[in-house]
Amino acid sequence: MSNKYSLDYLEQLESESIHIFREVAGQFEKPALLFSGGKDSITLVHLALKAFRPGKFPFPLVHIDTGHNFKEALDFRDWLANEIGEKLIVRNVEDTIKAKGLTEPKGKFASRNALQTYTLLDTIEEFGFDCCIGGARRDEEKARAKERIFSVRDEFGQWNPKLQRPELWNIYNGKIHKGENVRVFPISNWTELDVWNYIRKENIDLPSIYFAHDREVLEYQGQLVATSKFIQLEETDKVSVKKVRYRTVGDMTCTAAVESNASNINDIINEIIATKTSERGETRIDDKVSEAAMEDRKKNGYF
Amino acid sequence: MKLNNQNPPLRGGLEGLMDILRFITAGSVDDGKSTLIGRLLYDSKSIMIDQLEAIEKQTKNREEGEIDLALLTDGLRAEREQGITIDVAYKYFSTPKRKFIIADAPGHIQYTRNMVTGASNSDLIIVLIDARQGVVEQTRRHSIIASLLNIPHIIVAINKMDLVNYSQDVYNNIVIDYAEVAKSLGLKNVTYIPISALNGDNIVETSVNFPWYEGESLLHLLENVEVQNDINLTHPRFQVQYVIRPQVDELHDYRGYAGRITSGIYKKGDKVVVLPSGLHSTIKAIETGGKEVAEAFAPQSIVLHLADDIDISRGDMIVLENNQPKVEQEIEVLLNWMDKKPLKQGNKYLLQIGSKTVKSVIREVEYKIDVNTLQQLPSPEEVQLNDVVKATIKTASPIAFDSYKQLRTNGGVILIDETSYVTVGACMIQ
Repeated sequence: MSNKYSLDYLEQLESESIHIFREVAGQFEKPALLFSGGKDSITLVHLALKAFRPGKFPFPLVHIDTGHNFKEALDFRDWLANEIGEKLIVRNVEDTIKAKGLTEPKGKFASRNALQTYTLLDTIEEFGFDCCIGGARRDEEKARAKERIFSVRDEFGQWNPKLQRPELWNIYNGKIHKGENVRVFPISNWTELDVWNYIRKENIDLPSIYFAHDREVLEYQGQLVATSKFIQLEETDKVSVKKVRYRTVGDMTCTAAVESNASNINDIINEIIATKTSERGETRIDDKVSEAAMEDRKKNGYF
Repeated sequence: MKLNNQNPPLRGGLEGLMDILRFITAGSVDDGKSTLIGRLLYDSKSIMIDQLEAIEKQTKNREEGEIDLALLTDGLRAEREQGITIDVAYKYFSTPKRKFIIADAPGHIQYTRNMVTGASNSDLIIVLIDARQGVVEQTRRHSIIASLLNIPHIIVAINKMDLVNYSQDVYNNIVIDYAEVAKSLGLKNVTYIPISALNGDNIVETSVNFPWYEGESLLHLLENVEVQNDINLTHPRFQVQYVIRPQVDELHDYRGYAGRITSGIYKKGDKVVVLPSGLHSTIKAIETGGKEVAEAFAPQSIVLHLADDIDISRGDMIVLENNQPKVEQEIEVLLNWMDKKPLKQGNKYLLQIGSKTVKSVIREVEYKIDVNTLQQLPSPEEVQLNDVVKATIKTASPIAFDSYKQLRTNGGVILIDETSYVTVGACMIQ
């Protein structure tokens, strides 16, 4: 790449994502950035800084807190919002459960993942958000591979894969009726490895749980789940302290750790290059429920 | 498909001099399209064990060591249940040289619409030909769409060579036939390659089964096709997406025009004109990633500052005084209709070019194009889903545009239904 008028692939991806962010700012009245404290949404925040500084973000950060999050991720969330001086809105799944009388899932790994959608839709209604920016990537899962960058949802938040708008060139059609909203995915075209390479290149801060640390974990069907008050231990359970890190950060009840000695970003990238398991396959307990688990959740308003 | 994968790991990301190649594969399941994509993903180690296990479970009548990699590109339950295919799916893989984005537009139904969508962002198209069938109507259709969408590079992959005993004669005859098609359509940059996607012949490595073939493997071709030159650096085009105005005292004079350079190079000091207003100014500063730079180029996202405080809003274009696009209210287009509800002459739609949306009316539909033969057919009463027609569109206010053939990044527009807000048409400005 000797030509001085050429971009490498991370610069190309970055430029495309910034363009998408600015389309959101230009097309919507009341957008929001859904922020989880995970590496993908942290990357989104970094891209938004590049898209809008020295101005303020034209949207708040919104976190739908299941109450089952890792403390490290929550601390990081608060630190980052404060560091960049942007507004953070937190809404709790716990409150929705109480207010709406929702039934908590039962079982060993009782996950509030599905209940999140209720709180998200309520939050969208409460603030009148017409667009929610999310960090989903198309390489994650096959339902996501088919979703547009601008994905229109009806007033129930539902994704209808059959009625997606064709997306041509770099033209994004964000026109909607009142009550509908658009989910926008600026890093659709990034892979897990692209995100990590970008984090390294840009020297982006991450929560400590992405790096190897000692943790008490339960071994369950080949996966390592952190022990916590959200998980019911039985006497037969095999619990031990292992050196682990997280490849994705979701709820403590549905995110598995991986054994690792990777204590810095170069080690992590080498691990990901060598891995034989996909990101969601290795770390997400919630995707394994059925062949179409993600597709079903998306149709109900999930990201 | 046999899984005797002996190749070294190819996943990229070590230290990046990589760029991106976006390509589309044209062909049906019968041509082995899904198998080819599955093969590329598999051989580049982009398929993980858990994903393989999932498709192994689905593979019926599995012979020892063989799984159906075509299942990898299979879609959603909604599609399987209803036997339909949804639009375009995107697949990703990378090698140390390049990141690849595949637009996979499956199926026969709504094929034109899907292929146009996938082709709109592609640098390259792989046209798959079944060696037993040779050049057929579908091959012509795919090639015509490739030419309408102006895809810069074409690889003609003659597949299933294992079923014709790797015959050089069969291959040569197909090349001769396709060369006629390419000539009639004025296609340039056409490369031919014999392959067997099923057996992996000529996919990652050149195969001993083709002693007569002197070219490179398909992956090698994909890794090395030069796409940097496809980016136009001579016609600067920049559209304002958003105006950055920090609401703080120390920056009260800051007024930055945020957008992406779609072609060309911008330099500090350039004399510019704002379109469609026609107001003149000079570039005072250029920022990218928060840093001031002396010049910026396509496809960078930047912030422009002008010397004069003039009225500029979203959708306006900032171009050099000595290199301007057309600014008109009437455009002639080749239009691909993408909606079930037909288009009629006289209908009104919203027209979006980049970040600018204006009202428009379809003034005239001149003729329809037969996408299998490129013949001009009489103008239909109603333009149906998948039809390609020549039309004239009048816009409510002037738009700044270039001819699609000359400048792909400023010659494509979409039409939006005024009431449903659905994207109903794709237009290439003539």
